[in-house]
Amino acid sequence: MTTDFSSSLRMVSQDPGAAKPDPILTTSNVRRSFGGLVAVDVDHLEVQRGVITALIGPNGAGKTTFFNLLTNFDQPDAGTRVFEGRDLSGIPAHKVANLGMVRTFQLTKSLSRMTVIDNMRLGATSQEGEKLGKALLPFTWKRQEAEVTARADELLERFNLSHMREEFAGTLSGGQRKLLEMARALMVQPTMVMLDEPMAGVNPALKQSLLDHVKGLREQGMTVLFVEHDMDMVQEISDWVVVMAEGRIIAEGPPESIANNQAVIDAYLGAHHDSALDLGVE
Amino acid sequence: MDFLAIFENTVRGLIGEQFIYFGLAAIGLNMHYGYTGLLNFGQAVFMAAGAYGLSMAVVSLGLNFWLGLVLGIIVFPLILSLIMGAPTLRLRADYLAIVTIASSEMFRIIARSPSLDRWTGSSDGLTAFANDFYEMSPFQPGRRYLFGLFIGNQMWVVVVGWALLATVVTLVWAMMRSPWGRVLRAIREDEDAARSLGKNAYWFKMQALMLGGMFGALGGMLRAIGTQSSQPQNFITDVTFFAWVALILGGVAKIGGPVLGAAILYGVLNFTDIALRQMVQSGIMPESIMDGTQVGQVRFMLIGLGLVSLAIMRPQGILGKKEEMALDDH
Ligand SMILES: Nc1ncnc2c1ncn2[C@@H]1O[C@H](COP(=O)(O)OP(=O)(O)OP(=O)(O)O)[C@@H](O)[C@H]1O
Ligand SMILES: [Mg+2]
Repeated sequence: MTTDFSSSLRMVSQDPGAAKPDPILTTSNVRRSFGGLVAVDVDHLEVQRGVITALIGPNGAGKTTFFNLLTNFDQPDAGTRVFEGRDLSGIPAHKVANLGMVRTFQLTKSLSRMTVIDNMRLGATSQEGEKLGKALLPFTWKRQEAEVTARADELLERFNLSHMREEFAGTLSGGQRKLLEMARALMVQPTMVMLDEPMAGVNPALKQSLLDHVKGLREQGMTVLFVEHDMDMVQEISDWVVVMAEGRIIAEGPPESIANNQAVIDAYLGAHHDSALDLGVE
Repeated sequence: MDFLAIFENTVRGLIGEQFIYFGLAAIGLNMHYGYTGLLNFGQAVFMAAGAYGLSMAVVSLGLNFWLGLVLGIIVFPLILSLIMGAPTLRLRADYLAIVTIASSEMFRIIARSPSLDRWTGSSDGLTAFANDFYEMSPFQPGRRYLFGLFIGNQMWVVVVGWALLATVVTLVWAMMRSPWGRVLRAIREDEDAARSLGKNAYWFKMQALMLGGMFGALGGMLRAIGTQSSQPQNFITDVTFFAWVALILGGVAKIGGPVLGAAILYGVLNFTDIALRQMVQSGIMPESIMDGTQVGQVRFMLIGLGLVSLAIMRPQGILGKKEEMALDDH
């Protein structure tokens, strides 16, 4: 069922740093160290447009740090990141979001003392009412506000959060917060969504619907890059898998091939070689 | 005991000049801390900006009163916000706290310096710069108004003050209902989340710092007008913390919080002051426990006690909601 989308990647070689036919995001020689620890050292990575790419790797591999570097929430020591043909060096994080690349956080950032619907409304970009000069003139933004609210309500419906509309986001359960954060990111109307462990702490029933949402994004033409430890999910929805270990990209390829890759098996198993590798493939 | 005097003085505290000055300053702090999460421990320097903006313009520079208003309410606070905010608003909240408290002390010490006497009047400060203001007064200076609570000029200050308070409260209420206010709240809750959704957190924080500073300047300026003097010792750090007490007492992030808090703070201060004095005078309070000269200190002890009990029993302030406060522990 994923073949429609992954077909664009059929001819791509399965070496780390392989060139893609239509990359939306390209990074070269991105390095970031904390003191003596090199957290990220990625020679080259291209992310194909319009597909779902999974970024996997053991704990501490540098996935979140890499996400931070891609979205300019953190600055690399060296290297270039190009998104949709634009060099991201020196661009503040909020501008990266406005360019169409929106991320979520591993530790959810729900705005606790704001209602769910206000969390959603906040996500809309280019709001006239966010200009101080116009804040006091409601007639200049009332219409846009209504449009934003309508769009927010639609998304809440899709993410099964409508009944929590007026509640403070701080009262949501962990799984509901993950849903809210993803829905809120979509309010930005991004071209690329970066999800850092969207399934962590989400119950299995909800997981299936989240999976469907992520697939839905691809159907709408969005590019998805997500970090995930749940290999069933990776196998089910990703078109391409990138594996990180100790800051480097050690393998990439279609999900079926990754579980048999020797470098990946070594990275995951590390010291205890006797246990079997379960990457969700029989 | 003169119960009428006790009553009158308490009412004067609840609605009088101090209530207005500190109410305005606390509204500014609410903008900073309550809505945006900025820690400003130097509201006194914004108040001083208002006071000195006007008085220096009129006395030292010989400009007219209206230009002084613009300087004190707009120009000085904006410059201060830029100086204090530009280097700190990109950093963690504590840096702004350090810079604001340092700036307010620096300003006070510099203003007091004898070498600046011809500009700031050094420790004596500047006086008689608000004559234009009192000339506009519809009240007769010699008469008493509002059941005899306020004399003419005082009445004028209080009436203008109430109008300003009402205006500023309405302004803040309207702004916080707008998408602009929503961004501020989001920054208070989680700045990174706001940035991840494309909001320029730095710039919004700067705007909040400026606006809250302008409200503080308004309070400080009115205070200078009310006493016809700006003096360095009117802007010691205690002043900042009185505004904080008013805010916390009334309820953080509530539109009416700072106003109610300032009213209660000065109502209680005035009440304890006169009630204790009367008790000492009439002999109800034996000399062995306290005498008249100790009233000033004792009333602050009582206020402190009241605040501690509030912190235990109602940490969210009078208008705050406990459930909302609980959501804070992420
Ligand atoms: N701000 C920081 N200061 C110091 N070290 C850091 C910092 N952020 C990350 N690191 C280190 O960088 C390495 C990579 O961390 P990162 O959070 O990127 O891993 P991850 O792949 O996301 O792991 P997980 O799967 O557990 O989320 C870790 O060793 C971590 O300790
Ligand atoms: Mg991580």
